[in-house]
Amino acid sequence: MSSNVRFTDFKSDKQPTWCPGCGDFGTMNGMMKALANTGNAPDDTFVVAGIGCSGKIGTYMRSYALHGVHGRALPVGTGVKVANPDLEVMVAGGDGDGYSIGVGHFIHAVRRNIDITYVVMDNRIYGLTKGQASPTSRSDFETATTPEGSKQPPVNPLALALSAGGSFIAQSFSSHAQRHTEIIEEAIEHDGFSLVNTFSPCVTFNDVDTYDYFRDSLVDLGGEDAEYDPSDREQAKDKILDSEKEYMGILYQDDDAQSYEQSHGVDGNMADIDTDGAPEGAMDLVREFY
Amino acid sequence: MHEDLNWAIGGEAGDGIDSTGKIFAQALSRAGRHVFTSKDFASRIRGGYTAYKVRTSVDKVRSVVDRLDVLIALTERTVEENLDELHDGSVIIYDGERTEFSDFEAPNEVTGLDVPLKSLAEDAGGAIMRNVVALGAVCEVAGFPIENLDESLEKKFGGKGEKIVENNKKAARLGAEYVEEEFDLAFDFDLETTDNDYVLLNGDEAIGMGAIAAGCKFYAGYPITPATDVMTYLKGRIENFGGHVVQAEDELAAINMALGAARAGARSMTATSGPGIDLMTETFGLVATSETPLVITNVMRSGPSTGMPTKQEQGDLNQMLYGGHGEIPRFVLAPTTVAECFWKTIEAFNLAEKYQTPVYLTADLAMAVTEQTFEPEKFDMDAVEIDRGKVVDEDDISKWQNEKDQFKPHAVTADGVSPRAFPGTEGGVHMSTGLEHDELGRRTEDVDVRVEQVDKRQQKVTTAEEEEDFSYREFGNPDSDNLVISWGSNEGTLIEAMDYLDQEDVDVRFLSVPYVFPRPDLTEDVEAAEDVIVVECNATGQFADLIEHDTLTRVKRVNKYNGVQFKADELAEDIREELA
Repeated sequence: MSSNVRFTDFKSDKQPTWCPGCGDFGTMNGMMKALANTGNAPDDTFVVAGIGCSGKIGTYMRSYALHGVHGRALPVGTGVKVANPDLEVMVAGGDGDGYSIGVGHFIHAVRRNIDITYVVMDNRIYGLTKGQASPTSRSDFETATTPEGSKQPPVNPLALALSAGGSFIAQSFSSHAQRHTEIIEEAIEHDGFSLVNTFSPCVTFNDVDTYDYFRDSLVDLGGEDAEYDPSDREQAKDKILDSEKEYMGILYQDDDAQSYEQSHGVDGNMADIDTDGAPEGAMDLVREFY
Repeated sequence: MHEDLNWAIGGEAGDGIDSTGKIFAQALSRAGRHVFTSKDFASRIRGGYTAYKVRTSVDKVRSVVDRLDVLIALTERTVEENLDELHDGSVIIYDGERTEFSDFEAPNEVTGLDVPLKSLAEDAGGAIMRNVVALGAVCEVAGFPIENLDESLEKKFGGKGEKIVENNKKAARLGAEYVEEEFDLAFDFDLETTDNDYVLLNGDEAIGMGAIAAGCKFYAGYPITPATDVMTYLKGRIENFGGHVVQAEDELAAINMALGAARAGARSMTATSGPGIDLMTETFGLVATSETPLVITNVMRSGPSTGMPTKQEQGDLNQMLYGGHGEIPRFVLAPTTVAECFWKTIEAFNLAEKYQTPVYLTADLAMAVTEQTFEPEKFDMDAVEIDRGKVVDEDDISKWQNEKDQFKPHAVTADGVSPRAFPGTEGGVHMSTGLEHDELGRRTEDVDVRVEQVDKRQQKVTTAEEEEDFSYREFGNPDSDNLVISWGSNEGTLIEAMDYLDQEDVDVRFLSVPYVFPRPDLTEDVEAAEDVIVVECNATGQFADLIEHDTLTRVKRVNKYNGVQFKADELAEDIREELA
């Protein structure tokens, strides 16, 4: 662990424009602390963000970063990581970015098991467009576009990840600063794709899934005295599909799963190329066509 | 005796048409003959009609013609589809046990050779080798020494063991012997061999090879006809050069992965066709606005929508030139031959990095999936040059930092090009975004900064126009009053069409334009000519529109959009009509 990087090194000089009290502050603080605590430096970190309130995170953090188009943050992160596996790649998005427009990429990023950390700031609402139903909104949650509720079951991102072969599936809460940081640290250190679905309440547009709701209802599976074993897939399935309760902590972790980099032999920084001309041995490619 | 031979094998998808055709094309190439191939194929795995056609000569061949001399017909439909191309003296090889031709009105002097392909193949070790029996029969008919097939058979079947190779060689000889013994005919063909060395490859392969030569290490793509061969070429080869191929879940992911890799500093590419370009257009503006170097290959096929996926068209010009909301600086390169696919790919990577801009590299079906022979010197790896543009390292990063030591990835400069720091570079930390941004890459709606950033991105194109040589390739009589202009893959066909025109004392000046944007200014050339004809494979004349726009002069148009590439004789006729 590097001792000379502090979490404030990951903070940019831009002041966030999130609403006062927004859960995204806590979510981002945990990310910065976890990055510093795991020995990463801004020079070697790449943050990718999508569109929505969550998408602004690249501006408020200090690292190499790209703020991309809506829903495609995971493919960008995948490209960054494959091109330079030495970089710490963290992808941030919201529930709309990740589970609506980007849900196809989500499933495949989980399957690929590439070593990136995906933090979803889940507020169960579209905030930046001023309060429409999101894929994780409750079915009876009334909004301007769903005045009688969506009448559809919310997406269960943890279940999607589990069914797609996820090797690290966690849920966190922006307000539990210490636990949130610990969970993201575990996610960073996991060798493979890590999902941290982070409840990040919207204080302006969501009066149902509030700080109070999560504080009162979330059951923490980790922390001190915990007896929960995240390597038990059957147990994880029961928790993830439990319709009575919601959990936080690491619900499932498979330490034996091979990361994409391992299974595909991806290593080395692709930015390094021979600038004198074609790479050595290129003439063999021509000979093949004789 | 014909100077060239036009040969084809046709049957149903699943009959092994493609691999059989390739074996023969390779044998011809190795025997020092030039080869130009074309394919009739449908978007299906089995059934239907598919054919692999080969035109071969000791001289360079650049196009297909409307003539078939020797045809292996595995189905009746193969004959039906090619009736117009058969002529007196053509030879059809077929297996009477599978195929009957009684109903066709083929020209009188077409010779049908009923060769028991299947049973001879069984004699050699298995019915699966019936196409090779047919190739042996072709060698006998065409006066092509059968030993020339051996090396191609070894290359094709070597991995399956010596026994299989030997069986195939035997199958070929049984086919040849059968023709020799059973038919007392003197055929009009004698395929001369030479000591020349040629390479045989298609446009997709040339693009893939060009990418590796250019130092491309990352490719992400989603399978689509006719661009898939780029990915299959790279897979298994790029890894030997430290690269990697990702098969993405869709084209949206493919371009975003390629974008991510490019942000990390890799030379990065994706390839697709029209429907994929539609999806990638979502991210195209981000690539340009974040000033990320990226090569996007578009192997065009017939559109719109799903169109005719296995048919030729040059219909995406406007899409590449104008696609995406807002105003997006870009480059559009359109190589005019398979060999040029190699060089333009390398140029595309250099332009992308020098100007930190997306580059469309476009080929089309007619060039991408058909094998052609070239002198190996056309792919001289020693001549490859790499220009990575303004990459800065730790030592000179401070020049590009502001007073707070923040790096400026979108610094406003005279030439419009900003410094580029790869992630991992100390002091180079920065972000970028699809939002309008300041020099630091941070969102802004400041009116002055907005104008400054739009202008600097546009300035890159202006700088490139000044510094690069976006020229054309010229053929024919430079003083002719008849000016023919084309873009992309029609070059070879036009050169051969000029031979036909020459026979009738019609001369033309032909400009083959490999740059769609920025492109050469043809105003003087157009003004100097009496007649100007723009030739392209689309219905509306998209390139002709650009020429009219540039030169303020009306031009004549020759368009073809039935899904089949131009043929030299037909194109000569079209041009003659326009000139009349």
